[in-house]
Amino acid sequence: MEWRDEGILLGIRRHGESAAILELFTPSRGRHVGVLRGATSRKIAPILQPGAQLSVSWRARLEDHIGSFTVEPLRSRSAIVMSDRQALEGMSAVTSLLIHALPEREAHLSLYRRTEALLDILDEYSVWPLAYLRWELALLEELGYGLDLSRCAVTGVNERLDFVSPRSGRAVSAEGAGEWVDRLLPLPPCFLGGTEAPDSEVAAGLVTTGHFLRQHLTDQTGQRPFPGARQRFVDGLSRRGGLAQRQHQIDQ
Amino acid sequence: MSSTRDIDALIAMMAKLPGLGPRSARRAVLHMIRKRALLLTPLADLMQTVAATARECLNCGNVGTSDICDICASEKRANGILCVVEDVADLWAMERSGTFKGRYHVLGGTLSALDQVGPSQLRIPKLIDRVATEGITEVILALNATVDGQTTAHYIADELGGRAALSSLAQGVPIGGELDYLDDGTITAALNARKRL
Repeated sequence: MEWRDEGILLGIRRHGESAAILELFTPSRGRHVGVLRGATSRKIAPILQPGAQLSVSWRARLEDHIGSFTVEPLRSRSAIVMSDRQALEGMSAVTSLLIHALPEREAHLSLYRRTEALLDILDEYSVWPLAYLRWELALLEELGYGLDLSRCAVTGVNERLDFVSPRSGRAVSAEGAGEWVDRLLPLPPCFLGGTEAPDSEVAAGLVTTGHFLRQHLTDQTGQRPFPGARQRFVDGLSRRGGLAQRQHQIDQ
Repeated sequence: MSSTRDIDALIAMMAKLPGLGPRSARRAVLHMIRKRALLLTPLADLMQTVAATARECLNCGNVGTSDICDICASEKRANGILCVVEDVADLWAMERSGTFKGRYHVLGGTLSALDQVGPSQLRIPKLIDRVATEGITEVILALNATVDGQTTAHYIADELGGRAALSSLAQGVPIGGELDYLDDGTITAALNARKRL
């Protein structure tokens, strides 16, 4: 068995003295694991950082073997994440969620394309948080748990949609919320379109996507803990959003 | 066969050491047997001693033969500056350079999503305690230039708040390194950290 493809490095684990087990996200084979011999050499170790875009070939005697990779670098993203905290936290959230959520060897081409595009704009601070939020919505959709934000689940209207039902994932309008308003999740305007949103609004959106990711992925993956990297990213974003909001209040 | 059973067991044990395989373990054992008085007996004695006395320093996590390691016990070391490293091997590497004269703190690993290592598995609470009680004014985060290393550095920075000045090691071209052989990430980091001549 042999194939060639490109992929995004999601994670790397030492295996013995000089080898490593790589987790890659590839367009045609989804999340794929394999062994890379000589991965700790000084020549190759710098390119094997999570988020790197690699050209890979995989070989094994049988298809269900773990197999071994040979890799060549296409694009490194380590320079951005090493020098920028938000980029580092964002990239870690993306890679750890993909490791946690995706089943092995199942192609998710559109999610792969979105992930590649998202990682390519890691250093564009003004648009990245919103792009990340939309990526999480796409991840939920890809996993079969997409939110239905087209109309209110209670009244059927498609105006003033302010909440999301934590059970059904359907939108709820301000009128429809009634006495359940405290139990509903926020539906920030950026969920419904637009190209700009303050960090505080994105952080509110992440509360909603985080709820569904936790709910569905805990069911799916059993006892494995939800990735802490995502929470660190959300905390960082909330902190910066909060600071920006305070600064805005001071300016006024 | 039974006459070589112990030697085979020794070879098998040696082969588990980093850098050694069955073939090199066989060569090492054979060499030691040939130089029994010079190598094998002193090595056996030393291993027995170290096995009985080696322990982690209660203060910094370094490995030594007493509860408080030589670095922590030394009065010549500068108080107030703490260098945080991932592993004892990193501490030894820093010591080999002979440049740093302050004290150390060994974390015992880095945060890792893949290996599910969280803050509670590292010696971060002890670090915060040391910064508070030992009058530390500067913390140097000498962690590996990897995603996990930098994530851990940011986490520690958050935990320490403003209790001490924080710094990290520079990233760039290694001494003797040729640009042609460097990866994109290292070249970018080196360019970003360029300095005036």
